[in-house]
Amino acid sequence: MLDLKGYGPALLDGAVVTIELAFLSLALAVTLGLIGASSKLSSNRLAKGTATAYTTLIRGVPDLVMMLLFYYGGQVAVNNLSDLLWEAYEIDVFFQFDPFISGVVTIGLIFGAYMTETFRGAFLAVETGQIEAARAYGFTRWHTFRRIIFPQMLRHALPGLGNNWQVLLKTTALVSIIGLTDMVRVAEEAAKAERMPFHFFIPVAFVYLTLTAGSELFIKWLNKRANVGVVQGG
Amino acid sequence: MPDFIAQWLNQNEIFTAMTMVEYWNGLVSTVQLVFLSLVIGLVCAVPLAILRTSRNPLVSTPVWLYTYLFRGTPLLIQLYIIYYGIAQIPGIQETFWWEIFREPFYPALLAFTLNTAAYTTEIIRGAIMSTPHGEIEAAKAYGMNWFMRMRRIILPSAARRAVQAYSNEVIFMLHSSAIASVVTIVDLTGAARNIYSRFYAPFDAFIFVALIYMVLTFILVFAFRKLENHLLRHQRPVSN
Repeated sequence: MLDLKGYGPALLDGAVVTIELAFLSLALAVTLGLIGASSKLSSNRLAKGTATAYTTLIRGVPDLVMMLLFYYGGQVAVNNLSDLLWEAYEIDVFFQFDPFISGVVTIGLIFGAYMTETFRGAFLAVETGQIEAARAYGFTRWHTFRRIIFPQMLRHALPGLGNNWQVLLKTTALVSIIGLTDMVRVAEEAAKAERMPFHFFIPVAFVYLTLTAGSELFIKWLNKRANVGVVQGG
Repeated sequence: MPDFIAQWLNQNEIFTAMTMVEYWNGLVSTVQLVFLSLVIGLVCAVPLAILRTSRNPLVSTPVWLYTYLFRGTPLLIQLYIIYYGIAQIPGIQETFWWEIFREPFYPALLAFTLNTAAYTTEIIRGAIMSTPHGEIEAAKAYGMNWFMRMRRIILPSAARRAVQAYSNEVIFMLHSSAIASVVTIVDLTGAARNIYSRFYAPFDAFIFVALIYMVLTFILVFAFRKLENHLLRHQRPVSN
């Protein structure tokens, strides 16, 4: 049996942190992606420009650099804010900038940009005839979105969404660098203390492999469900 | 130069000639690391992709397992396993390999190469699999043997289909290379982290390096667009 030298519970806690981080960032990324895609497709030039700038900026910069900027920069910004509050209003507050929150925000922002592209393509893939038919039936814009566009868009978005999720899951490992105690961090500390790198990193690698393999199966199942009733060529 | 920029440049303590040299050295490390791992990775990926498409499971399964393991786990873990793990291989410290692998550059190069080779193998495999069957039949009808078919028909045709996905992989690799800084390599991100901790100026240090990465990304995007235009020239519609 695998002997984890007493680091087992810590590794398990770390795995929970990884999973929480992944799901929260996914929620943020999907929200940002929907907003981004709607802005990119809107006729409002300001919204379009902002969304384009957002996706271009994010996709040009490495995840780790963004994360370091948000974590260290966020700390400085928060300190400046509490200085300002003290000087202006004599309010004495101290915010501790949390690595978990900066991890969620960074990963969410980064993948929000990728989700924007995924959703944009998916929205465009919905036939205009469907939208016209809904409008002809007297659906309001909101109803058209909720009942016609959104459900059909989801089917086209699923493959891209699945890919982004797999990449996101692996990106969560980076939070160990900014000091969050996820499973990579625990494994690194354990490996250094016990001088047994393979012993601790390989189990962690297998946890990631299990998560990605499980997600793959789940996405396949979702895809199959979403495409029920769609006649596929080939 | 507008006055306010000149003034700002004169006043700042961070962007001096010294730190510029640090950033430059970081840029050199990043480019070396990314370029070498991509070239070696691509050279390994072509034969691996051919093996991966083999009908014999004894040949294709090991390659599948390799790409599955390397694509299913984070690059950071692969880097840690190789970086910390190599020193633990019994007896390695007495061989000449130790002279090479005690520098953090080579374990990082090995990790990056193995990772990019796994992704590239799958990209090329997808492109090979989608070769139109007619092209292969035509090559057979001309009496080409397997090797000649591969060299003259399948691989060039697959390259055209793979270049789009491969350009994403190249940019992905450039961005992933930032984690080299955690194993004490002073690449671009490493230089930014040093400068940040010396001046406690996160915005200056990291935004500057983000801009450098962005410029590198745009150069790559532009170069790949040129390459793609070149490779797909024969498919361009004849314009008036």
